Amino acid sequence: MATYSTSEFKSGLKIMQDGDPCTIVENEFVKPGKGQAFSRVRIKNLKTGRVVDRTFKSGESVEAADVMDTDMQYLYTDGEFWNFMDPTSYEQVAADEKAVADSIKWLKEQDMCTLTLWNGAPIAVTPPNFVVLQITETDPGVRGDTASGGGKPATLETGAVVRVPLFIENGESIKVDTRSGEYVGRAKEE
Amino acid sequence: MASDIGNSDMPLKILLERRAGLYRQIRQFFQSRKVLEVETSIFSPYGNTDPHIASIRADFGDASIPSFQYAHTSPEFAMKHLLCAGSGSIYQLVKVFRKEEKGRYHSPEFTLLEWYRLGLSYKALAREVVELLNFVGIEPKVAECSYRELFREFLSIDPEDCGVVDFRRMAAKHGLRDCGLDDDYDGWLSYLLTHLIEPKLREIPLLIVYDFPPSQAALAKISEKKPHVALRFEVYLYGVELANGYQELTSAAIYRQRFEQENQARRKNKQPIMPIDERLLDSLCNQLPECSGVALGVDRLLMNLLNSRHISEVIL
Repeated sequence: MATYSTSEFKSGLKIMQDGDPCTIVENEFVKPGKGQAFSRVRIKNLKTGRVVDRTFKSGESVEAADVMDTDMQYLYTDGEFWNFMDPTSYEQVAADEKAVADSIKWLKEQDMCTLTLWNGAPIAVTPPNFVVLQITETDPGVRGDTASGGGKPATLETGAVVRVPLFIENGESIKVDTRSGEYVGRAKEE
Repeated sequence: MASDIGNSDMPLKILLERRAGLYRQIRQFFQSRKVLEVETSIFSPYGNTDPHIASIRADFGDASIPSFQYAHTSPEFAMKHLLCAGSGSIYQLVKVFRKEEKGRYHSPEFTLLEWYRLGLSYKALAREVVELLNFVGIEPKVAECSYRELFREFLSIDPEDCGVVDFRRMAAKHGLRDCGLDDDYDGWLSYLLTHLIEPKLREIPLLIVYDFPPSQAALAKISEKKPHVALRFEVYLYGVELANGYQELTSAAIYRQRFEQENQARRKNKQPIMPIDERLLDSLCNQLPECSGVALGVDRLLMNLLNSRHISEVIL
């Protein structure tokens, strides 16, 4: 079993806590001049996304989590699993709904996503920062209105709903920032 | 670009000039008080026995001296050697080295200002620390309390009447995990202090905490009138520990006893045993003159003067 000592702690390190793989978000060294040293860390549970603060005594060792991020192409879903492929090895993995979670609404076939694998199995899926998706349903466009701050909801081909400017038409393709869920602009014509 | 040095947005020139200016002020301060600047060896065949401080070992590749020597973690022992030899009041501004200390307020190499004042009590020396801070332009209101009052005020717990069981309960109440401190009384106190008290001290410009538990005496004298109190003080600047001072132990026998206790603790923790500074113990046979000494973290002081968020911004 691989372990890390507190002196190896840094942000991004993957450790096991409460039986779940976690990543260190922040590590703070605290020590009175004459006295015990501690590592106060903020850790994010990679399965639940929950973030907690936790302190370790300097010198404590913690089990390492076999977690790696890998870029994979989204292929298709059968409704139960979402299938991804490593574009170099052609190896495929299936992520369940828990792993895909909120990313579902951004997944478009052929897009490259980042999969977090724990002991080889996917536990989280991160979509690309920007995706181009077609609008399947929105109110008719208001011509000439390029400045109005109002906007209107638009349903995209993946099911996501984003706010778009009034001039955007049904059937258009738009670019969306998946981190904020916000409209970025019209997709450039190919 | 040159301003990338130190990972800060601060122009390099301002940083260099501020440090140089601070050193000038410090030297002026001590010159006017007739405290002599000294320079002592950085490397020594003797290490620091304090189980909470790790010495960096250097390989001299030389057969005529012990091949391995330790970089000093503070100039304390070498300066006390001078005091025993009759130097009178002295100060030193020097880089020191501590293994595995790295963080917002810690760096494995940092600058200490350490000084010893003959005939001054630890409380008088604490006042001199404040005077020095005033002299370099830090003039906040000063608050004072004892270590015991600090815990009573901020945690409603009395470190003298309470034990590990109470500390563990207090930690759990505040959502702090039991990180294997077992029955380490001082370890628990450090845990509560750093996690539950220090964050509250950020509101207090300058705080002097004095009279520590005897188990945290380090090399400070224990009060003759109050044997439950070590004559030690700490200075906190906006919640950041800035200086640590003692009414210095004078008897060689007690020094040896404390060093051996610390090595005993090291043995228990499976840490390397450090060679005890026999040169210091020899010179202490002439007895250290009655004095108080203090060490002040110069980089942390600069952080305050320059409004820096991380110590790496001021250490080039």
